[in-house]
Amino acid sequence: MKKEDTTKGNRYGMVIDLDKCTGCGVCLIACASENNIPVMYDESDKTRNITWLQIYMVTNGKEFPETEVIYIPRPCMQCDNPPCVPVCPATATDKDPTSGIISQIYTRCIGCRYCMAACPYHARVFNWFDPWFPEGMDRYLSPEVSPRMRGVVEKCSFCHHRLMRAKAKANVEGRRDLKEDEYIPACVEACPTKAITFGDLNNPKHKISELIKSPHAFRLLERLNTEPKVYYISTKNWVRRMADNYLSGEFKDRS
Amino acid sequence: MDLPLIPKGVERCSLKTFAPWMFLWLLIMAWGLVSAFLCLYKGLNQTNMNHYFAFGLWIVFDLSVIALGAGAFFTGFLTHIIGKDELKAIINPAVVIGFICYSAAIATLGIDIGQPIRGWFIFWHANIHSMLTEVSFCITAYLGVLTIEYLPLILSNRKLNEVPEFNIFGNNLHHIVALFAAAGTFLSFFHQGSLGGMYGVLFARPFAFREGFLIWPWTFFLFILSSIAAGPSFTLLCVWITQKVTGKELVKRSVFNTLAKISGWLLASYIILKIIDTISWAYGVVPRAGLSFMDFYKGSYGIWLIIAEIGIFGIIPAIILITPKYRERNHLLIIGALMNITGIVLNRFVFTVQTLAIPVMPFDKFMGYLPTWQEWGIMMGAIGYGILLFSLSYRYLPLFPQEPEINPVKVFGHIITDSGVIRRS
Repeated sequence: MKKEDTTKGNRYGMVIDLDKCTGCGVCLIACASENNIPVMYDESDKTRNITWLQIYMVTNGKEFPETEVIYIPRPCMQCDNPPCVPVCPATATDKDPTSGIISQIYTRCIGCRYCMAACPYHARVFNWFDPWFPEGMDRYLSPEVSPRMRGVVEKCSFCHHRLMRAKAKANVEGRRDLKEDEYIPACVEACPTKAITFGDLNNPKHKISELIKSPHAFRLLERLNTEPKVYYISTKNWVRRMADNYLSGEFKDRS
Repeated sequence: MDLPLIPKGVERCSLKTFAPWMFLWLLIMAWGLVSAFLCLYKGLNQTNMNHYFAFGLWIVFDLSVIALGAGAFFTGFLTHIIGKDELKAIINPAVVIGFICYSAAIATLGIDIGQPIRGWFIFWHANIHSMLTEVSFCITAYLGVLTIEYLPLILSNRKLNEVPEFNIFGNNLHHIVALFAAAGTFLSFFHQGSLGGMYGVLFARPFAFREGFLIWPWTFFLFILSSIAAGPSFTLLCVWITQKVTGKELVKRSVFNTLAKISGWLLASYIILKIIDTISWAYGVVPRAGLSFMDFYKGSYGIWLIIAEIGIFGIIPAIILITPKYRERNHLLIIGALMNITGIVLNRFVFTVQTLAIPVMPFDKFMGYLPTWQEWGIMMGAIGYGILLFSLSYRYLPLFPQEPEINPVKVFGHIITDSGVIRRS
């Protein structure tokens, strides 16, 4: 297949500074409330609950007092070479060439879950149950995001409705391009430590374009050629080592 | 009571014996129906699948029965295209088994997808890049071919055949059966391959990912080969079980030998290629992903799986089935066929469940999966349906053309032939 030219158009991406992340979970809550994520009867079942942004707690495996802990927030990686898109039999998921965002059409998804099998990040979740919102919570549902029905796959959309909103505003004001802070997902806005930076990876003026050049920047499972647009930063070697699989002697120390 | 429906020249057990047998499988089908109702009404939370195990028992079952049902197209190909007349003795049961396998697989898939009512979206919004699209198109089309192949057999029922229109229609279908055998072969080659391709294209799942030829990963070709190796063995086993249950010889022993020989040589070729594939994967895909071979075999899904799949249930049955002196012994023939089938089912299990059990992110963990009673229920219901339909086909249709010759029906010392002619024994 012909390789796609990713230098054209917008390529929205994210940089998460793991040294700043405290694992507070506010990003997760903001994401859930922004995107009408239903509550499960048993939210302790993390293999079946609906979450677009999972936070992994990872330790360096050492005994106290050398123990170190980091938290890895994991939204959809919005891969430039997504493993999930070509496998969908009903074209229910696609990569938007103008934003680089991987979409999910809930009303077209047949629930075969092949995309979930293809994604190594477990960024896609399936609605095993009917969506349920506790009494009163339904009044807080966002009218901009459609709730999903039982039996379909859903995933992080980089708050795509916010992009639509920002584009509509720019259009009214007669602009073609969005300002850097005009479109940011809910998780980025909510993060109290400002650990998440969002922007257009193709725009050299955006802060994110500088951040990804850091020697401490990395992506999850880079070797699999999925080309994620979510980057992480950590000054800790063991954290960067943890982001991918390496045979002994392969990992290059960049501290 | 049902005597007018039973083919001429053959003997069947009484309805009193047949009814409890049917009742047993109806009961198992009822288990399947209850499970299906629960899954459709309450959702797939009735299963033990989760975000890690997006596929479970049903996909293993689907892939397995589709591989085992390959006996239908392959026997049809050998009989009608290659001209191996000896296999005409077994083509009818092969078609019925194929029909059962494919219809059961499609029914199970109907429960497995989260939105069964939207199943047709695969055809309407088809993504031509998806292996699953190709699988869906080919399986559906091939079930149509199998129905057309099954139809003349149904119409040859004694009572139905009395209707002139059915008689003419059935006969006409018989004449063009080679055309459908060719269509079935074409479709089957593609969907058997695409089922393997489904896993081989998962480039972000190093356990399943394979390089290949043009757009087809090696698993595409391995799945075709393994299905045509297992299909004839499954047909052989089903016929042998029918012989044991009915207490009658239904096909000549030489037919079993031919099927076993074909199955054995195909299995041997498959196993050689599978070993080459495994080695090239272990030295190619695996280190490129930064992993070592043993990273994939942990917990319940240990190294025993590959030893069992390739060694015990691959090499051993291949040796049994290709060696004339072994396959000529009844018990070894059956053990060989059974082991062959087990190996292929194990292969489908490994590609489905183990692929998903293995963590790709280093900080993720190895997972385990056990199906619920509802998942078993759907599978058992499908098996029950298969046995039910095969039993009905055996009882009321001339399934085995050699049966009247091998088991002549004697009435007062006279033989009644399948054409109804009475001759002196």
